[in-house]
Amino acid sequence: MTSISSDQRERAGLRASIYRLLDGDIFYSFSHSPLVVIAAAITLAYFLAAVFAPFIAPQNPFDPGALNLMDALTPPAWTADGNTRFLLGTDNQGRDILSTIMYGNRISLVVGFCAVIFAATIGVSLGMAAGYFGGWIETIIMRIADIKLAIPGILIALMVDGVARSALPLEMREDLAIYVLIFAIGFSEWPRYARVTRGATMVERSKDYVAAARVIGISPVPILVRHILPNVMGPVLVLGTIGLALAIIMEATLSFLGVGVPPTTPSLGTLIRIGNNFLFSGEWWITMFPAAALVILVLAVNLLGDWLRDALNPKLR
Amino acid sequence: MPLLEVENLRIEFPTRRGILVAVDDISFGIDEGEVLGVVGESGAGKSLTGAAIIGLLEPPGRVAAGVIRLGGRRIDDLPYEEMRRIRGKEIGTIFQDPLTSLNPLYTIGQQLVETVTTHMDLTAAQARQHAIDLIGEVGIPTPARCMDCYPHEFSGGMRQRIVIALALCANPRLIIADEPTTALDVSIQAQIIALLKRLCREHGTSVMLITHDMGVIAETADRVAVMYVGRIAEIGPIRDVIKNAKHPYTVGLMGAIPLVGCDADRLTQIDGSMPRLTEIPEGCGFNPRCGHVMPRCREERPDLMATNGASLAACWLYEK
Amino acid sequence: MNMPDAIRKQDEVMPLVKVKDLTKYFDVSKNWLARVIERQPKMILKAVDGIDFAIKKGETLSLVGESGCGKSTVARLIVGLYRPTRGTVQFDGTDMASLSSRTETSKLRQRLQMIFQDPYASLNPRWRVIDIIAEPMRAFGTVGSKAELRDRVNLLLRQVGLSSVDGEKYPHEFSGGQRQRISIARALSANPEFLLCDEPTSALDVSVQAQILNLMKDLQKSLGLTYLFISHNLAVVYHVSDRIGVMYLGKLCELASARDLFRSPKHPYTRLLLDTIPDLSMRGRDRQPVRGEVPNPINPPKGCAFHKRCPFVKERCRMEAPRGREFDGAWVACHAIEEGRM
Repeated sequence: MTSISSDQRERAGLRASIYRLLDGDIFYSFSHSPLVVIAAAITLAYFLAAVFAPFIAPQNPFDPGALNLMDALTPPAWTADGNTRFLLGTDNQGRDILSTIMYGNRISLVVGFCAVIFAATIGVSLGMAAGYFGGWIETIIMRIADIKLAIPGILIALMVDGVARSALPLEMREDLAIYVLIFAIGFSEWPRYARVTRGATMVERSKDYVAAARVIGISPVPILVRHILPNVMGPVLVLGTIGLALAIIMEATLSFLGVGVPPTTPSLGTLIRIGNNFLFSGEWWITMFPAAALVILVLAVNLLGDWLRDALNPKLR
Repeated sequence: MPLLEVENLRIEFPTRRGILVAVDDISFGIDEGEVLGVVGESGAGKSLTGAAIIGLLEPPGRVAAGVIRLGGRRIDDLPYEEMRRIRGKEIGTIFQDPLTSLNPLYTIGQQLVETVTTHMDLTAAQARQHAIDLIGEVGIPTPARCMDCYPHEFSGGMRQRIVIALALCANPRLIIADEPTTALDVSIQAQIIALLKRLCREHGTSVMLITHDMGVIAETADRVAVMYVGRIAEIGPIRDVIKNAKHPYTVGLMGAIPLVGCDADRLTQIDGSMPRLTEIPEGCGFNPRCGHVMPRCREERPDLMATNGASLAACWLYEK
Repeated sequence: MNMPDAIRKQDEVMPLVKVKDLTKYFDVSKNWLARVIERQPKMILKAVDGIDFAIKKGETLSLVGESGCGKSTVARLIVGLYRPTRGTVQFDGTDMASLSSRTETSKLRQRLQMIFQDPYASLNPRWRVIDIIAEPMRAFGTVGSKAELRDRVNLLLRQVGLSSVDGEKYPHEFSGGQRQRISIARALSANPEFLLCDEPTSALDVSVQAQILNLMKDLQKSLGLTYLFISHNLAVVYHVSDRIGVMYLGKLCELASARDLFRSPKHPYTRLLLDTIPDLSMRGRDRQPVRGEVPNPINPPKGCAFHKRCPFVKERCRMEAPRGREFDGAWVACHAIEEGRM
């Protein structure tokens, strides 16, 4: 009998997994929905723009040395007074709008992502604990989650932000603002993940493969992490994708209200706020383009999340 | 003329991997007052056949070919409204899970009366009395009081009795029962089967009994059709098929069933398993597992043919 | 050796598994607030109520009964998934509840394993077959290197009739029968002596069931295993068992050798169950379907659990639950038998 070497086997396993993925129903459903493919392409474009902003942005808008006040309030390139150097126009300080969008996008995505990961980590852990152990653990966690869900997310984020502001000394406020923001948004979102995870955990807990692990004597935490977690990730993934869109909007709202990121590192929301002041004096482009960029990003991510939910559904059954 | 005639029925599932044929060109008939058992393992296509006859095949499955006749009249190409009228009035159905066959939000009285008034021309009071009579007939104590109870107040066996009452209430000519006793305890199974047999004999109703349980068929059926991978492997009178099976699959199946009193150390086993719909072999579907396989079996697919006994078998061994 | 000595020697051989007064009650009452508002009493589900039996090494004992009789609960009590409300489970002389240290419990756990009913829920869909089978080995530390582990998994796969390449696949690529084979391989991987089989073939087709039952018999012979087999299918139980215990509503009605139980059933419930076996030899036997259904285990009837459906019921049966005793080599719990009425 010929023996296969272990790395040959591993390579075969990896190649087989890739074939399985490409041949699978999920990929088929993906490649056959044009809208979703476009949404994915847009999201990817935003990600790449965020990562490579310093290299591809025409100008670094936050470097005072690169700015020239003479370029201030230039309208978009295709209008009469436009300038091809500033494709989407400039703001009152001569910052190129396209570049500010690219840099702002970075902040929005970073905050959005980190908030989702933060919320998911807390939510999934608490949800699994509630679903697996039941009893008073479940009661306490779920009642806290219920209370939390009764209060609108923005309010919670504002509260957390307010507390942080008064608690932190003045000098540190600006540096820590982003972390406070991530914490605030994540803190308001975790109950969603906890609820879904608890339900999925309760379903998995009664299945025989969990009983088989308990028969062997494996303790609860390894069972949760190695057996149950991989099987409840489906709904969490869907929530996370849609949650990303929500987190970005929430960050934009908070920044628009002035309690989000500091103006030195503006996000898309800050840009919209700044631009708002110029809306009625005729310089519409300063607010419109960042707003459009935000809307397109959130729409694309939402579409992806919707598709993911439908694609994963037959498997979840 | 047989009550139900199925000719060359073919059920297909279009998928992105191509068209899967779940039931491939089967033909059989059920006479008036007869009980035909349709037995087979999971994936053989027996439930799909039943669903196709009543017109409840779930898309994307579809009837690709074939003719189904009830009392001489074609029913496979009827529009939805007409089929709906036939369902219930001429063909009653009993499904496996009594929990989901009854609507939990309505009392059983409401459900029975609704079915009766839909299909029969009775006043409300007459319909109610008819329903009470039926509940009594299926062996539920204090029928008049039970009319106002909800399904969840009954046990599984009782619920199945109510489902039988529902199936019989418009005096259908044919009942299609799909695994009616599988979800019940063994002692209740015996009761339900006896009930079904008795009622159908009294009302002269034919039954198409679909199940994987040969024991249930042995107790109830007059004739039995054994299905394998979407084809009928053998069909004949019950005694002949059970005691004197002709098709190698039926022989293997009967040998695999443990019998009380038989002290053999091992059960006869058929190696391998029923092929998936995507991997149906050429020629006779059973050839990879057959102990009597001949070269012809791998090339040509046999149709049902006469054997030296009373049953028909789809096997080249019996070719004259 | 003369006869009395031989018999005594047989009695002295310690059974591998011994169960005494095994009891499990579940509290299924609604929470306190709802109970107070709706004025409902506490509801206790007596799943298992005082069961005694012993299993000798190498034998197959089956427990049969209908839904609610508690046979699955007995299996889970023995294997440690539930804690008994009362009573003891002894494995090879050691009381399982008395073990305190993790190492001792682990060593004992290694010697008993379980096979479950649902082939679709008993394997983690996200794990590869090789990891599923290797899990007990890793947990009990029975193999050292990765290579040894892989070799053992391949051996097990071959033993249960699969091939070594199947180790790399995922459970959804297998049929029900094949998944049960994987479950069996997992149960055997840490070399247990005792296997609990909870309806292992109930979810399988007849021809697949025959394959699995044959496999289990072969493995029992080649590995010297002891089985506790749970089922509701009497014909299957006849085929696999040495001794059979009949349960009804948490109590044991009759315990006898397979041959004796089927040839001369004593307890009325046993007779009822045997009567429900379909007549596949087509002898045209006329069956009497018995009235009544299994009552709700939350409110079991007082006295003998079976009295509501029993054709031999007397006043005593309604008041007093029978305590079993030996009769002609079988153990039966029935007043009618005791009083010689049958």
